[in-house]
Amino acid sequence: MTSFTLNGAPVEVDLPADTPLLWILRDELRMTGTKYGCGVAQCGACTVLFNGQAFRSCQLPLSVLQDADVLTIEGLSGGRGISPVQQAWIDHQVAQCGYCQSGQIMQATWLLQQNPDPSDEDIDRAMSGNLCRCGTYPRIRDAIRSAAQYMRDARDG
Amino acid sequence: MGKARTIARRTFIAGSAAIAGGVIFGTYVARKPHTNPLLADLDEGEATFNPWIRISGERVTLIAPHADVGQGTASMQAALIAEEMDLAWGEFEVEFGQPDAAYYNTATADEVVPFVSHDNSFAARTVRGLAGSVVKIAGVMVTGGSSSVPDSFNKLRLAGAVARETLKLAAARQAGLAAGDLETRAGAVVFPDGAVVPYTELAVAASEVEPVADVALRDPSEWRLLGKDMLRLDTRGKSTGQQQFGIDLHIDGMQHAAVRTNPRQGGSLLSFDADAAMLMPGVDKVLAISNGFAVIANNTWNAFRAVNAVSAEWGEAPYPANMPDHWAAVSAAFTDEHLDKEWRHDGDVPQALAAGEPVLAEYRAPYVAHQPLEPLNAIVRVNPGSVEVWSGHQMPRFLQEAVAEVAGIEADDVIFYNQFTGGSFGHRLELAYVVQATEIALQKPGTAIKLTYTREEDFAHDYPRQIGMARGAGTVANGKVTSYDLQVANVSAITSQMGRLGQPVPGPDGQIAAGAWNLPYTIPNFRMRAYRVPELAPTSSWRSVGASTQGFFADCFLDELIHAAGADPLEERLRLIERRESRQVLEAVAEMSGWGSDPGTGRGRGVAFVDSFGVPTAEVVEVSQTPRGITIDKVFVAADVGTVVDPVNFDNQVKGAVIWGLGHAMNCEITYADGKAQQSNYHAHPAMRMHQCPEIEVRGLELATKIRGIGEPPVPPAAPALANAIFAATGQRLREMPFNKFVKFA
Ligand code: FES
Ligand code: FES
Repeated sequence: MTSFTLNGAPVEVDLPADTPLLWILRDELRMTGTKYGCGVAQCGACTVLFNGQAFRSCQLPLSVLQDADVLTIEGLSGGRGISPVQQAWIDHQVAQCGYCQSGQIMQATWLLQQNPDPSDEDIDRAMSGNLCRCGTYPRIRDAIRSAAQYMRDARDG
Repeated sequence: MGKARTIARRTFIAGSAAIAGGVIFGTYVARKPHTNPLLADLDEGEATFNPWIRISGERVTLIAPHADVGQGTASMQAALIAEEMDLAWGEFEVEFGQPDAAYYNTATADEVVPFVSHDNSFAARTVRGLAGSVVKIAGVMVTGGSSSVPDSFNKLRLAGAVARETLKLAAARQAGLAAGDLETRAGAVVFPDGAVVPYTELAVAASEVEPVADVALRDPSEWRLLGKDMLRLDTRGKSTGQQQFGIDLHIDGMQHAAVRTNPRQGGSLLSFDADAAMLMPGVDKVLAISNGFAVIANNTWNAFRAVNAVSAEWGEAPYPANMPDHWAAVSAAFTDEHLDKEWRHDGDVPQALAAGEPVLAEYRAPYVAHQPLEPLNAIVRVNPGSVEVWSGHQMPRFLQEAVAEVAGIEADDVIFYNQFTGGSFGHRLELAYVVQATEIALQKPGTAIKLTYTREEDFAHDYPRQIGMARGAGTVANGKVTSYDLQVANVSAITSQMGRLGQPVPGPDGQIAAGAWNLPYTIPNFRMRAYRVPELAPTSSWRSVGASTQGFFADCFLDELIHAAGADPLEERLRLIERRESRQVLEAVAEMSGWGSDPGTGRGRGVAFVDSFGVPTAEVVEVSQTPRGITIDKVFVAADVGTVVDPVNFDNQVKGAVIWGLGHAMNCEITYADGKAQQSNYHAHPAMRMHQCPEIEVRGLELATKIRGIGEPPVPPAAPALANAIFAATGQRLREMPFNKFVKFA
């Protein structure tokens, strides 16, 4: 039995030790906001925050999850409706098919936690591991800039 | 399903010759509407006026039969109805509806007839009308060919108007007033005294009224929703992880499956050994399916792991094992024997070429995969006498037939619940994954089986875009292009794809010529010939289909000639175009990009123009040579779609299509070795990622009288505009995709 924190709540999972967090979330806990795209750290659709770090959940076996803190798209707003990054994603209507967007939003959330005012190069560097087959990159860039602004506004109150 | 309907559908053909066979149906049958499928399970107190609208005491439900594969069709269809029906935006539910002949798509017929889409001659209109009638009778329900908007634009607005007028009539009769005294607003009928009665309260009364037949559509100047920025209905769900895709569904008691079929596509399974897999955690069953095997397990991961642990021996591929033989077959097809059609011959090309020193060039386009981010998946449950299918698909009625055939039941007993999908780009026109899920589910009657492809299985069976080559010859004189001769040899993706659906495609395949034969240029001597390469690896429609390869061939070769003539690439194209709207599209990108100004050292601009799916589209690409490699700095796009329904989604679709076109032209190909695709995951077929993505400026023009879709037309000009820009910046002419085999991108 492995216990960890998921979106602020304790969970316990009893599965083979090599089962990736991605499939624990999707099949076992039925939290399907985190997506399977490639299974080999090539697309970023499965991105979650693992102990505060953006991480590909397809690469996180259950064996490293004991006592970990995991945040997924479902827990992003912490129950407060919607996060600034999500709000920016809506305002810019980033999504086309939307399948990559949970991962994009988690990655962008982490970027803005590290770097509240990222340059274009910072954005490229942080986001280039997240594939979008629909080509929403220009809108993702705009949304990240807006989200940074929303977060600054909230801080400056 | 009735026999006659089945036959009619079987007769549906994509070639032009057989369209004439449609005459026998005549227009009389075509005018007769199909019955409204919503009548079949209408509850007490519910009303329906046509196949797209159902009203109960609680809600208004709109049926959006065109599949939403990420392009926003669900919202678009709802908006068309809501505009005329006076619904408040989002104050209704949207369903994909059940497959039914009532949801035929007549707009696809435009793409299968041998007339330039702007040709409005009597002959063109007649043949187009007949093709439309065939599609209508056959009840072909298809999402593709950028046809959702053109197919829906009048039909769904009309559906909304009929509902509005019928609701008014019902309210008027109840109150003893004339319908003309009433108005509608935000989902309600408004009485002269200001009283407001929601549509939902009128459901019962309206169900007793014969739907009003005689309605007029509003003038665009009165639109509240259409033509204005809209918030797509799925935006919030897709920004919060709440949008459910097919892969996210859970059915009670469901088991999970993974498959492996012969990576030499179409080859057989000789033997397999599942002993090791059977001992793995969670594994319930390993079973043979067509050309492969499947694992049933208690979750996706266990199914994936076990399927990888099965060893198998595979039969040979029914196509050449290695890439050089594919290219050799393409190259050998430029002969009279393989001539599919000479699509156009103006002037006297042989004479013009003999008289001058022709510029010669050969172009190549490789196989390229679709690989939408959501891997293929389907849930199937076999019940006594029926089969239920939950999946995303663009041709629901073909899906019903395919499942019915495997399950040995009638197509009408296949109940299909269409799902939002994480992209398609043509991938969800294929049926193998649904058939496989059915084969597995037949071994487990009563249990829902969810089949999920591994990404590797998906790549191995992508049914990529057609492979092709082109040979160009042309002459220039006095700074002008004087002759242009283009031969294209492609495999026919349409024949390959329709063949898997059991549909013959007689006659020439217009998609081998699309984007090339219909160049808008008036060149004194112009010839375009299409050659059909005998089928190689199986292929299928890839976002923008034939024009995705021919746009590259045709426009780049023209660019070569223009440079040979010493003319300006944009000015010479403009000089050669007579059609006003197409000129305006080019003029728009010229203005947007500041064409003619100095791009700066190490920089270059390229322009391309392709007309596909009836949409003249021009793009200008700006590139820089940097120490890290070539960067794409900016792209300017202009396209004429007649009417822009939703400017936000239009912008999003255009940018996505440009990125699709550029990314694959730069970085992607599928190659075969030992009969297997060598690219197994995104590391080997990355398309475009954020760091290569340029800024893109978009302008939608509203010049044409006929409305068009925008999902595909911006794809074809992207590759040639990029190649032409790289030539302008570096002097290096790229004649083969992917370009990263010849230049380095930053
Ligand atoms: S599924 Fe984890 S990175 Fe693609
Ligand atoms: S929105 Fe479709 S993959 Fe990104």
